[in-house]
Amino acid sequence: MKLSEVKELLGAEILAGEDNLKTEITSAFACDLMSDVLAFVEDKSLLLTGLINMQTIRTAEMMDIEAIVFVRGKKPNDEILKLARENNMVILTTKHILYTSCGILHSKGLRGANIMHK
Amino acid sequence: MKLMSAINLEFVVAKEDFSKAGEASSSIKKTLKKLGIDSKIIRKVAIVTYEAEMNIVIHSIGGKIMVDIDTEKIKIQAIDQGPGIEDTEKAMEVGFSTATQKVRELGFGAGMGLPNIKKNSDNFEISSEINKYTKIESLIYVNP
Repeated sequence: MKLSEVKELLGAEILAGEDNLKTEITSAFACDLMSDVLAFVEDKSLLLTGLINMQTIRTAEMMDIEAIVFVRGKKPNDEILKLARENNMVILTTKHILYTSCGILHSKGLRGANIMHK
Repeated sequence: MKLMSAINLEFVVAKEDFSKAGEASSSIKKTLKKLGIDSKIIRKVAIVTYEAEMNIVIHSIGGKIMVDIDTEKIKIQAIDQGPGIEDTEKAMEVGFSTATQKVRELGFGAGMGLPNIKKNSDNFEISSEINKYTKIESLIYVNP
């Protein structure tokens, strides 16, 4: 699924990475616990989260995550967006809650991320 | 990689500086990318350094991260100046954490950092002395 389609489906606003909306993503992972992103995510996924701070971007950077959707209408501040831009990330924000956002994307064929089981 | 001599990186990590937390790991990751190291190996190193860096920021009074890179392996050492861990075995248990509510609000403190570091290391050691230091050593092979 192209990020432009994610944006469309979620009625999302784009906050960073306007030029990278053609990027194709193959899976998604959703949570507010960055420890879990670091422990479980295996492939380059789309991250959906309601957690807005520098560590969200840093965690994504470490895990090669190229796009983040902030849910519940949350908008990161300029410092966070600057860091996202430095890392060529696409940042979207949607008014939907996490559950609804995931449901919409999943119903349109975007599968959940492969995770590493211990 | 062929003619590369060993590279040594060192970063000072300050306590409770959450806006800068991750800068060392970011810098290490960029260096490894420039060296053309396999992206799966880079990701393992990134997880280890970032978890270790967050641990220093969250739990210690300050410390440093050192990374030694050669053609065969990447050695990561994270050393802080205390307060030390009373029971390192307990600290290695998934879900055990002494992190504050503030840290949990940042998306950390779930008691998964140290086990995650171990999981991503080919060799892992931890040692600590109360009021002195905690040291972790992680070894990751470049061509596993």
